[in-house]
Amino acid sequence: MITILTDLLWTFLSVVRDVLPIAAVLLLFQLVILRKPIPHPKKVALGMFYVLLGLALFLSGLELALFPLGREMAAQLTDPAFLGIEPGGVVQWLDYYWVYIFAFAIGFTTTIAEPSLIAVALKAQEASGGAVKANGLRIAVAFGVAISLAVGTFRIVTGTPLYQYMIVGYVIVVIQTLMAPRMIIPLAYDSGGVTTSTVTVPLVAALGLGLASTVPGRSPLLDGFGLIALASLFPMITVMGYAQISNWLSRRKADKDSQGENHEV
Amino acid sequence: MTDTLGKLFGYLGGTARDLAPILLIVGFFQLVVLKQPIDNIGQFALGFLFVLLGLTVFIRGLDMALFPLGEALANALALRGSLPLLVLFAFSLGFGTTVAEPALIAVGAEAATVMSEAGVIGQSEAEMNFMATALRYTVAASVGASLVLGVFRILMGWPIQWLIIGGYIMVVALTPIAPREIIGIAYDSGGVTTSTITVPLVTALGVGLASVIKGRNPMIDGFGLIAFASLMPIIFVLVFGLVVAT
Repeated sequence: MITILTDLLWTFLSVVRDVLPIAAVLLLFQLVILRKPIPHPKKVALGMFYVLLGLALFLSGLELALFPLGREMAAQLTDPAFLGIEPGGVVQWLDYYWVYIFAFAIGFTTTIAEPSLIAVALKAQEASGGAVKANGLRIAVAFGVAISLAVGTFRIVTGTPLYQYMIVGYVIVVIQTLMAPRMIIPLAYDSGGVTTSTVTVPLVAALGLGLASTVPGRSPLLDGFGLIALASLFPMITVMGYAQISNWLSRRKADKDSQGENHEV
Repeated sequence: MTDTLGKLFGYLGGTARDLAPILLIVGFFQLVVLKQPIDNIGQFALGFLFVLLGLTVFIRGLDMALFPLGEALANALALRGSLPLLVLFAFSLGFGTTVAEPALIAVGAEAATVMSEAGVIGQSEAEMNFMATALRYTVAASVGASLVLGVFRILMGWPIQWLIIGGYIMVVALTPIAPREIIGIAYDSGGVTTSTITVPLVTALGVGLASVIKGRNPMIDGFGLIAFASLMPIIFVLVFGLVVAT
């Protein structure tokens, strides 16, 4: 219990240390250069304390609960003995189906809980006047990460080169950019960058490393990083897709409504 | 008092709903697929409680501090109307939040080791330290530069897609000619630069600027700063690798 509390304290201090340069820049500009007082200073100070405390609790909790278990599960799921692969036998990509399912599920669920994504989604809902729903955006991004992890683990098992997947992804992004509603495009590009932070990266790294070191012929050094690269690419596709689908649905609904009105007349 | 308590439980309930899927998936895989008990169930439960409380408190803090701070600064800077000041602010925010990032320090040290093993740089301690520091400052400068570019884009109302697609073309063009050892590190560096505190601040700044400036739309012009901050470090580190190798 005491070690847990000291760990929590250390995490809190390291979060504070990370925030110090940001706070210095903000205060310098607000107070010295712009000479504007901070509006509601007490509320902001309390909120800042909440941010620090919340992050410290969140990170220590992940370290206590999720990361050890996640790493162990990744190791067990990629273990040839669990997968029923004979030592020295030929590996079929389908032998690893539990790995793909796990990658998909863990990618989806951890992205839903990603603090940076929550922040961006709340801001997007506000800025769009409710046209973009915070939860809809989070689910769209989570699907993107889930698909990218399933595809990424498949890539490690089959040993196909990463750049082929990236190029196909970029081509899809370019085509969608031409067709998707204009207002979603910057948000879709942003959502690629926010997915790869606190929760997902450590779990994904464990999964990629476990897989690359147990599948014959893969090197953890060369095949480890591909998962993150894909996880920043696919959410762009799913977020633009989400906007395209909801646009199409609302247009269909509007068509139906106007037809209904005509009918009444 | 009961009112605040009620609110607190409301917030906790929302976060619990966000976290429940993780619990379900972990439980299903551990108990049904792997058929293993969860060791240290007490520690697991305590950790999960921390995650739940932490996320709830963090989201409250976002609304109370990070969003208003970002917006207040965006407002004040836009009212001042001084472009050099805005550029200076964008650069210092990007540089300042990145240069001390622990993940980046780790990546820099790893890069120095990899490159010295590959014979790109010498084996001496001094050379490796110089390399690690230089890489760190390169990435921090690239994040600063990307926020400057992003803020500039908001002011001018340029469409984002040409800049981003142009950036990706540069990445694709640089990848085959950059030293092989640095490619993985370059692609990784895009992910380590956007921390949980930077993202809400930068998003609030962008949306705030786009809301204040006439003729700009918060959705079309306000978002996109994070996209630049994840792309630019890849280009900078690839170029850095090219410069070091020659």
